[in-house]
Amino acid sequence: MLEGLDLSLVDWSRAQFALTAMYHWVFVPLTLGLGILVAIMESLYVKTGNQEWKRITKFWMTLFGINFAIGVATGIILEFEFGTNWSNYSWFVGDIFGAPLAIEGILAFFMESTFIAIMFFGWNKVSQRFHLTATWLTAIGANISALWILVANGWMQKPVGMIFNPESARMEMTSFWDVLFSPMAVHKFLHTTSSSFVLAAVFVVGVSSWYLLKRKEIQFARKSIVVAATFGLLASCYTAVTGDSSARSVAQAQPMKFAALEGLYDGKEGAGLVALGILSPNSSHPTNDNLNDFLVKIEIPKVLSYMASLNWNAFVPGVNDLINGNEKYGVMSAAEKIERGKYAINQLKLYKEAKKSNQLALSDSLRTEIMSPDFQKNYFRFFGYGYISDTKTLVPSIPLTFYSFHIMVLLGGYFILFFILALFFTLKGTIQKNRFFLHAAIWSIPLAYLASQAGWVLAEVGRQPWIIQDLMPTMAAVTRISTGAVQVTFWLFAIIFTTLLIAELKIMLRQIKIGPKTEGGIN
Amino acid sequence: MFEALSLISLQQYWWLIVSLLGALLVFLMFVQGGETLFLFIAKNESEKSLLVNTLGRKWEFTFTTLVTFGGAFFASFPLFYATSFGGAYWVWIVILFSFVIQAVSFEFRKKPNNFLGSKTYEAFLFVNGLLGPLLIGTAVGTFFNGAMFSLDDMNRVTWGTPFRGLEAVLTFHNLSLGIAVLFLSRLLGLLYFMNSVDNEQIYQRSKKQLLPNTALFLVFFLYFLIALIVKDGFAYNPVSGEISLESYKYLHNLIAMPLNSVLLLIGVGLVLWGLVSSILKGGTKGIWFAGIGTVLTVWSLLILAAFNNTSFYPSVFDIQSSLTIANASSSRFTLVAMSYVSLMVPFVLGYIWYAWKSMNSKKISEDELEKEHHKY
Repeated sequence: MLEGLDLSLVDWSRAQFALTAMYHWVFVPLTLGLGILVAIMESLYVKTGNQEWKRITKFWMTLFGINFAIGVATGIILEFEFGTNWSNYSWFVGDIFGAPLAIEGILAFFMESTFIAIMFFGWNKVSQRFHLTATWLTAIGANISALWILVANGWMQKPVGMIFNPESARMEMTSFWDVLFSPMAVHKFLHTTSSSFVLAAVFVVGVSSWYLLKRKEIQFARKSIVVAATFGLLASCYTAVTGDSSARSVAQAQPMKFAALEGLYDGKEGAGLVALGILSPNSSHPTNDNLNDFLVKIEIPKVLSYMASLNWNAFVPGVNDLINGNEKYGVMSAAEKIERGKYAINQLKLYKEAKKSNQLALSDSLRTEIMSPDFQKNYFRFFGYGYISDTKTLVPSIPLTFYSFHIMVLLGGYFILFFILALFFTLKGTIQKNRFFLHAAIWSIPLAYLASQAGWVLAEVGRQPWIIQDLMPTMAAVTRISTGAVQVTFWLFAIIFTTLLIAELKIMLRQIKIGPKTEGGIN
Repeated sequence: MFEALSLISLQQYWWLIVSLLGALLVFLMFVQGGETLFLFIAKNESEKSLLVNTLGRKWEFTFTTLVTFGGAFFASFPLFYATSFGGAYWVWIVILFSFVIQAVSFEFRKKPNNFLGSKTYEAFLFVNGLLGPLLIGTAVGTFFNGAMFSLDDMNRVTWGTPFRGLEAVLTFHNLSLGIAVLFLSRLLGLLYFMNSVDNEQIYQRSKKQLLPNTALFLVFFLYFLIALIVKDGFAYNPVSGEISLESYKYLHNLIAMPLNSVLLLIGVGLVLWGLVSSILKGGTKGIWFAGIGTVLTVWSLLILAAFNNTSFYPSVFDIQSSLTIANASSSRFTLVAMSYVSLMVPFVLGYIWYAWKSMNSKKISEDELEKEHHKY
């Protein structure tokens, strides 16, 4: 089915999607979190009537606007890219995947785009209460839009609520609620949005710290830090909780990703969590030359088992178990899954041939077989494995997955400490004097972006070779187009997004330098 | 409640919704039309800023409608989404590119230290204003004239030319629709300026531009419409699904669907009334007549493209691969689920209307802009 497929086309298409998604994700988390922070600040203004809060609100709103525009610019590509570069995927799962995208547009984007106009331009046109409502609705709209796209992404990581229909040769939805409330989707939404709140809070604390270092806008900066650090502390603790539950979802639905993110090659009971580790740059593992051994690692005993299944002594399968199978623990081998996948593909092919040649009895019986719960559960479930010719391709990049996971987790822990210290120093009144912390706060901004990007690298690289877990490998999803065409658009987007990013950074830095404007006599 | 509907009724319901979104998109492209005009209508920087801010407060509606149109098409007719976007690659990439550069341009244009300079962002807006309506209109032309694709039995698309959709501009009928949409968007932009900007010079200059743009719009639109009525169309047999060429297909559709034909006539009439009354008498209400007329006209044309057993995305490369609302739609389950979501649309339109009214109760003026905290 993949005859004549140019693998470089798959790589370039993946590179283009990664490029556009990562650029988009530079801007989105700040929008999600800063929207809420601005709404909180405006609520304080409305509650207290203090003009300083209005001034604070307007300043952060200006930065929100700059960031929002470029987030929108990078987002439109992503929506249409499913069609332009992943058309086979779009048909195969469009029946399920399209719905969240449409709902996102109808319920969230319109809310966002309607009320953002009032938020920016309505200060002198609508009542104070209406304006505050508009600000909250903009923030909520942004976060609801994240819900729907993350539901779609969650479904790709763990497909639920569907059946394969051989007639249309695609997946069809059988339960909207199963798709919406899939634990994978729920965890993904909660973890992604709460981590975005963390990023925005770090951003506000970092920028405010710059003012304190420059010894200007002291009141403005201190007030901003108190709001952002409180919000950030709550969000970072919650991110840790949702990260923990996300890990369990991954362990159950994507055991290969789970093994890869820990560099666990041979499964064991009571597996330990690698707190810190450095992988050998060369693939040197004796059983699989695709795996990199550890040069050094510090392990916390039994924690990985607990993370995976809330049982300190549970068995966690390693990469080799998942490839070769492990009868003792009931782990099916990749070879067996490939056999079953090939059988599913073959039955579908036979059905299509019978249909074409008008053999009605045969096509009916094949259709009944394919749609039977037994076939769907035991064969179709491994449909994607039928495309796999080399079991080594079932293992994602270990270094990328391992390091992105550990960077994300370590920084997540750091941010909790960071917000505690920010609050402590500010409430104690000593933050202006603590130049080390102020410098650290500024340098924490890029770290927040690093953690955020690492999370997505883990989620997306970690599930390779699948675009839909176990059902469709990335190579089967790609649009058949010339590699040259994708190379051209890759560079086109790389150049335009980089240019716009530079513009955004320059504008943002200048606005920060200019600082908040006078409001109601306060400057 | 939607469960009781037949599959074809659900497919028709969703075509009506997607078409309505498409129709609203064409109306909202007054923003794009305005983007091709502000550089020529404004005679100094402050007038230019006034026009950019007038458009800037509405650009997100157009953008969001485009995104929702794409999402709704994906959800309801995924085979079209996969075939057209994956197949006509270059057309869609160029359209998207023009919207990417638009999205930042309002916000960045006047910001200090904006790296590319305000002239570049103004040029970005002009490019979006020109290419957006032109290419979207041309792409919609392929709904009537067909595209160069074929589908295999797994519904995977193969495109018949290396130009991946750009060859659509070689069919004059497609291009005439593109050019008509471009001039229509400019007309709507002019009427919007006349309605929303509190500046007599801008009003007069906009009014002056109406006549030549109307003339050009009418030439291309009437050519498109007349050629459509006399051309062959792609019909499908609802029982076998077989596609065949039918002479005067769209004329037959007009006769078979009189209500839709009345909708088309009212739509065209309202557009013309909005334009002619503004040219002759001036006033500020032209945008509403022409705007509602645009929505009705585009809606009825899209209904004409797909109803009465017509292929809405025919293939001239492999006729049996042509897409119809019956063979390209989502499953019954998804259409039902999505139909419940569609019940929210009137509520969404309601709050958009309320917000729009609150913001547009007063015309935008240079004085107001002076006091504004957030401006483009």
